[in-house]
Amino acid sequence: MTILDGKVPEGDVQEKWDKHRFKMKLVNPANRKKYTIIVVGTGLAGGSAAATLAEQGYNVKSFCVQDSPRRAHSIAAQGGINAAKNYKNDGDSVWRLFYDTVKGGDYRSREANVYRLAQVSNNIIDQCVAQGVPFAREYGGLLDNRSFGGAQVSRTFYARGQTGQQLLLGAYSAMNKMVDKKQIEVFARREMLGLVKIDGHARGIITRNLVTGEMEKHHGDAVLLCTGGYGNVFYLSTNAMNSNATAAWRCHKSGAYFANPCFTQIHPTCIPVSGEYQSKLTLMSESLRNHGRVWVPKKAGDKRAPNEIPEEDRDYYLERIYPSFGNLVPRDVASRNAKKVVDEGRGVGATGIAVYLDFGSAIERLGEDFIREKYGNLFAMYEKITNENPYKVPMKIYPAVHYTMGGLWVDYNLQTSIPGLFALGEANFSDHGANRLGASALMQGLADGYFVAPYTVANYLASTELSKADANHSAYDEEMQKVKSNIEKIKSIQGSTPVDHIHRDLGKIMWEYCGMSRNAEGLKKAITEIQQLKQKFWSDVKVPGDTNNLNQELEKAGRVADFLELGELMCKDALDRNESCGGHFREESQTEEGEAKRDDANFSYVAAWEYQGDNISEELLHKEPLEFKDVPLTQRSYK
Amino acid sequence: MAEKTISLKLKVWRQKDAKSEGGFEDYSLDSVSTDMSFLEMMDVLNDKLILEGKEPVNFDHDCREGICGMCSMVINGNPHGPQTATTTCQLHMRKFKDGDTIYIEPFRATAFPVVKDLVVDRSSFDRIQQAGGYISVNTGAAQDANAIPVPKPDADEAFEAATCIGCGACVASCKNASAMLFVSAKVSQYALLPQGQPERKDRAKKMLAKMEEEGFGACSNTGSCSAACPKEISLSTIARMNREIFK
Repeated sequence: MTILDGKVPEGDVQEKWDKHRFKMKLVNPANRKKYTIIVVGTGLAGGSAAATLAEQGYNVKSFCVQDSPRRAHSIAAQGGINAAKNYKNDGDSVWRLFYDTVKGGDYRSREANVYRLAQVSNNIIDQCVAQGVPFAREYGGLLDNRSFGGAQVSRTFYARGQTGQQLLLGAYSAMNKMVDKKQIEVFARREMLGLVKIDGHARGIITRNLVTGEMEKHHGDAVLLCTGGYGNVFYLSTNAMNSNATAAWRCHKSGAYFANPCFTQIHPTCIPVSGEYQSKLTLMSESLRNHGRVWVPKKAGDKRAPNEIPEEDRDYYLERIYPSFGNLVPRDVASRNAKKVVDEGRGVGATGIAVYLDFGSAIERLGEDFIREKYGNLFAMYEKITNENPYKVPMKIYPAVHYTMGGLWVDYNLQTSIPGLFALGEANFSDHGANRLGASALMQGLADGYFVAPYTVANYLASTELSKADANHSAYDEEMQKVKSNIEKIKSIQGSTPVDHIHRDLGKIMWEYCGMSRNAEGLKKAITEIQQLKQKFWSDVKVPGDTNNLNQELEKAGRVADFLELGELMCKDALDRNESCGGHFREESQTEEGEAKRDDANFSYVAAWEYQGDNISEELLHKEPLEFKDVPLTQRSYK
Repeated sequence: MAEKTISLKLKVWRQKDAKSEGGFEDYSLDSVSTDMSFLEMMDVLNDKLILEGKEPVNFDHDCREGICGMCSMVINGNPHGPQTATTTCQLHMRKFKDGDTIYIEPFRATAFPVVKDLVVDRSSFDRIQQAGGYISVNTGAAQDANAIPVPKPDADEAFEAATCIGCGACVASCKNASAMLFVSAKVSQYALLPQGQPERKDRAKKMLAKMEEEGFGACSNTGSCSAACPKEISLSTIARMNREIFK
């Protein structure tokens, strides 16, 4: 084990970023065209980074797995994006956003990163408005805000229930502008399968053209990984079907440390599972908790229809337990409480695994039109999926895997443990600690891409002597050989189990033992079961079709093979962290009231794992100690 | 959610690659839960095909919640199927009856060549956007977000136009395979906002020229595009774009 240095600059937290920006080296505008930067992923982080670096004059090669950069999964984010504008004059400030985010993350994030995030949050809103992002406005023509879980101010900017779409299309338009100027070259339907290092520096990637099956070498001077999170380890999640961890995991195998893999976010308001065939779960934005009230019947086994249950027989449990935050408690708290009431037998609906989110009193008070204006598209989506009208009948919701706070370890400059390899957005671990607050993912993706990486990547290029090389370097052949033999190995098995079956089994293990509630015994069991499943994959997986054209089963197989390894590491990390914090709830570590109990004396660190070969149980732990100078450590309380 | 099951006959377009000729293959599927989404029904079909040692049907899909625009398919002659304002991934099997025969084809247009089975190449849409679907503002150059008030009705209308998911159903439904609705949605969004004014005049022209170059047809004036649009983008966006050209 070594102690990792997060390279946080000296000085007061308010001054760190400004001073650091001044100290960082610049690349002369005339020299920027000599550099090529590879950006993998075109979501908010990747799209904004590609556009901004191209504007600065670098050549950018942009890669995405979908058929167009506009389809990256950021597009599905619903609720909004935070910023410390204080347009509502309700006491917000950069400091408060910083404070809320550190506290909301249950003190497992890096203070300096979070402060910087809060600082640039305001620039993001300015930038997006200038790009023509049509945020919601008030009648006076100025921007509207709403409140979100874990905060007592209204700082969330939104575009009805499709804020992610509008922000992503903003970043996509910024990219298009630079494609038009020939500064960005887009490679769609490409999957990154390997990282190429030369003299220890990340220089390029190996991709598979998903249409032709052709393997390609792409060379550059730095690689930015903006490939999102790994929620699909759980099979059922709110992530898109193609969201995967392969690019990040292959980088991990090439030496990038993976930080806090057990920190996953289970979102409290999703449409419940309805059957075995279910392929994904759909989120109902957290913003709904502004007007919806969460409840279950007071008595276990109460099978009456919701409208037949009188007020006195209902338990609005969040309002009861947390009178000051009520329905707006952070996500981890809301999720755990839903599980608790369901475990008590008070769940609702056909499966009994759901709670009500009721708009009855809001509609009575404000009218149906008001609710339609705010949440119309979400209500329509709910009705399409469930065939129930949420204006008349309370929604049924249940927690589902939504976001992963863990990711590749990065220093303050967003550089991983491999020089020249940067990780942005959900792909890194740095800003959300053990629990992400609502409307902060969009903020972080765009902060990293528009306002952080463009400076730190320039500093890397200006201060690093890179060897002369191109895609003919032998390192490319070696990495490509590795990638090809992995595909051939998968294809050669010709077993009897479809990829999805193995993935679904992995998901069940993860949800059962590494989901909302975890304990040592269960995690050990999960590790054994995952190892067995991994053996089954490598001896019995069935992948039809060829390798030299579009083959979606082959794509999935490669990703599931990586999920199996990452899933085991998540359990190992969860076992190792014998404390509860944020979304990581270890049953062994709780307060008398059943809330998460941190162990700051022993676990106030980032756990960063180093790959040691196929045997995941041998991964090496490195620690980055976390210091809290400006947000004093306290037990979170939302009561 | 009263679950029941139905049996279906499927006629699915199979095509090995862009160069090969394609054709319909017949499949039957029993015990399809009416709570399944259309794509989950396709998953079940593929699971069956894989277990039978056959190659599954390739189709584009990603978010499965109606926002990414990746899913396509023409279902019984309608892009995204029979339900209005709905993408294929949000279509549920409760819209079909026991014993139904369902024809499933790729979107068809010269500018959307078939890649394989139901997968088509829509990169022409990206190239149209790259020709002018943006506001030229560099990162860091923006003033305070509230510096320019935007009347709420304008902002709301811009938002409605901006909800286009770029799926291509408008093209697939048009007998001229025109992309007028797609282009006009972006043109309208920016034309309605103060930020979009400086480049307003050229934007529509550049994007329309690219549209023609990519092989999309002229407007058929039938309005099928708006009827097929899962986001119900209004035909008035096309009218606005036509006015832009003469400004």
